[in-house]
Amino acid sequence: MRILALAGRRLLASIPTLIIIIAGLFILLQFAPGDTVDALVAQMGGGDAAMIEQLRQHYGLDLPVVTRLANYFWHLIRFDLGFSAIYGKPVATVIFERLPVTLLLMASALSFAFAAGMALGVLAARRVNGWPDTFISTLGLIFYATPSFWLGLMGIVVFAVKLEWLPAGGYIDIAAGYTGWRYALDVALHLLLPTLTLGMIFLAIYLRIMRASMLEVLTLDFVRTARAKGLSETAVVARHVLRNALLPMVTLIGLQAGTMLGGSVVVESVFALPGLGRLAYESVVQRDLNTLLGIVFVSALLVITINFLVDIVYARLDPRIASN
Amino acid sequence: MITRRAALLSATALATTAGLPDLSFAQDTPRRGGVLTVHLNSEQRILNPALRASTGVYIVASKIMEPLVDLKADGSPDPMLATEWSTTPDGKAITFKLRQGVTWHDGKPFTSADVQYTAMEMWKKHLNYGTTLQLYLEAVDTPDKYTAIFRYARPMPLDLLLRALPDLGYIAPRHIYEGTNVLENPANTAPVGTGPFKFVQYERGQFIIAERNPKYWLQGFPYLDRVVWRFITDKSAATAAMETGEVLMSNYSSLALADMDRLKKDARFEVSSRGNEGNASNNTIEFNFRRKELADIRVRRAIVHALDIPFFCENFLYGFGKRGTGPIPSSSQAFFPSEHGPQYPFDLKKANALLDEAGYPKGRDGTRFSLRLVPAPWGEDIALWSTYIQQALTEVGIKIEIVRYDAAGFLTNVYREWNFDLATGWHQYRNDPAVSTTVWYRSGSPKGAPWTNQWGWQSDAVDKVIDDAQSELDPAKRKALYGEFEKLVNTETPLWMAIERQFISVTNKRLRNHHNNPRWPSSHWTDVWLAQ
Repeated sequence: MRILALAGRRLLASIPTLIIIIAGLFILLQFAPGDTVDALVAQMGGGDAAMIEQLRQHYGLDLPVVTRLANYFWHLIRFDLGFSAIYGKPVATVIFERLPVTLLLMASALSFAFAAGMALGVLAARRVNGWPDTFISTLGLIFYATPSFWLGLMGIVVFAVKLEWLPAGGYIDIAAGYTGWRYALDVALHLLLPTLTLGMIFLAIYLRIMRASMLEVLTLDFVRTARAKGLSETAVVARHVLRNALLPMVTLIGLQAGTMLGGSVVVESVFALPGLGRLAYESVVQRDLNTLLGIVFVSALLVITINFLVDIVYARLDPRIASN
Repeated sequence: MITRRAALLSATALATTAGLPDLSFAQDTPRRGGVLTVHLNSEQRILNPALRASTGVYIVASKIMEPLVDLKADGSPDPMLATEWSTTPDGKAITFKLRQGVTWHDGKPFTSADVQYTAMEMWKKHLNYGTTLQLYLEAVDTPDKYTAIFRYARPMPLDLLLRALPDLGYIAPRHIYEGTNVLENPANTAPVGTGPFKFVQYERGQFIIAERNPKYWLQGFPYLDRVVWRFITDKSAATAAMETGEVLMSNYSSLALADMDRLKKDARFEVSSRGNEGNASNNTIEFNFRRKELADIRVRRAIVHALDIPFFCENFLYGFGKRGTGPIPSSSQAFFPSEHGPQYPFDLKKANALLDEAGYPKGRDGTRFSLRLVPAPWGEDIALWSTYIQQALTEVGIKIEIVRYDAAGFLTNVYREWNFDLATGWHQYRNDPAVSTTVWYRSGSPKGAPWTNQWGWQSDAVDKVIDDAQSELDPAKRKALYGEFEKLVNTETPLWMAIERQFISVTNKRLRNHHNNPRWPSSHWTDVWLAQ
């Protein structure tokens, strides 16, 4: 019950956050030079002034900013994200089409980074200052310092162009027309490189946090007590240290959900994945305000949801948190 | 009348006599079947070329929909939906005989009613450049199902119309658009046409698929089963897709220059601007006359003199480009003049002298004055070009601050707010100077119209020559008028078409019979085939 109350408070607090984010972005975007019609005309390669004016009316861009913002909120209250000027479809449909790819990419990259980061962090902490620690820490530093687009491109060059093991990009093999398990396998193969690329940077962060937090917990009194009880080292690590050392790791997941959405823009571009990050970029370039606001809204919901889940996991790991 | 088949044969013959390296298609027999995957670098909002004249639209929709005429290898009109054309002596009525037995992809017959509707409701009202081209179009008469008579209030030169129609003459189905909101019709992203390929699917951000139209009017064509366009926005990723064979072709210079140069040496690919002759894209320098320095002709000439174009083309563009001679590119067989008027070759001494003479001596730090340069965001060449301008003009004491925007920002700042001193981008020549070139020089364009004279420059002589040429019916006289036009603008240099370029296509050599007309990436692809 306590967990639920905590969750409820959290959710309630997020509503003003959402409103501020959307209104802020709306106003911020008014400062960007040009509107969706300018972007459209650029794509067309020119047109005459009367036609351009007509298009501006068509998209409702001749209305004052305040009216447009009010309209937007009025629609939002009714769970209507508006109409996309680039795609000619409701924004909700456009986002819903793109969301699965991004969610899949985020989930797999996050799981990979978390699992591998945890394992390597534990390993490094147990052999602290030995060669495995040095090796793992150096590796982490390299991954952290490497820009993800470069990592992705090198992945493509090595595994797609030279070795021809993996596809160079895209989400599925269009020509093959797979179904069922073969389809799932195809998607998995296409997502392998993007997942590794997006996961690498986060892996480095998790590794360092895990290592530091393990080292800290290992010095605490209850570990000494556990060892004094005569527990084996593996049991000490697994049952006593790990659970406590995981707390900062879980916090990090919540914090990084947003960062990961941002990072996916680059990865989705490099691998030509039809995800939300790519869509956001495209909407900015095309000045498609409705789509962009829709994406921000959905991403904010996503980040809030993940943080909410993190809070619950947190409370499970450390009951003291829920009782405060 | 010349049939398409004959046109194809002549194209092959021409290619052979020109001694092109890839002669394999002359020996092999075309193979039916196969899927052609093509690289697309940007998402399209609309796939109806009767509403949007843009290369991004053509590269997809021209395989599905068809224009009245296309271009043959020698640049002359190639009959598509129109088979014959004629004009009255006063140039006010142009009659098209239409191809019979053509059906839309949904089975309905194609008739003159479709032509009438498309011309009046789409070209005249919505199509960019079409609205100006068809400004004086009053009506399209349809005396029978296969005749369409275009009636103009002012004389329309037949050769101008025929050169404009390959780009601005696509026909849309009346029965699908009539009575709907034309701009929001779902057929705009799921086009219904008469072309060799039928639209199948448009998966946003991923791909567009079209398949063979079994009832295509040209018997036995097309060769390919399917065409798949894949969206790959990242240039390096697109190159990788070319190298793995996931994508067989990339048109309109969509790969990085360095990569194209590398692929040129790879035996699997052809990297060339062959088949893009009808689509010159000049690099420009546009001067804002509201800056008093730039209103001085000596300063403009000095700037042009200070730029070493051959050096730039060789060292920055990997040789893809050459010095421009004026607004009409050398690829324009019909209009390229024999004399261009004054030219301004690279000459630093002269540039410095001109600037001194104009009354802008070098200051203590070697600077005469500074200018803001706004480059267009499309094309790697423009970014390189703006950097080169910056460096080259420093040599003569003009300090350049480069201000970069994205597409919407560029158009707003340059064309809507005139917030620039120098601007640079692409000028696209579309077969006839009257379509999209003379508007760069003609005064009286309303503020905010992109790619028109927004420089604050005005010349009655140039305006007159432009207007005269637009309604001159005699082709020889038209050519002479445009020669006159080029001389005038080269003397005044209100803007400078510094580099003449053509788009570059990268093609996998498995493709045969490709790039055999001057606007090939934008044309029908009926006769292209894939070797095993």
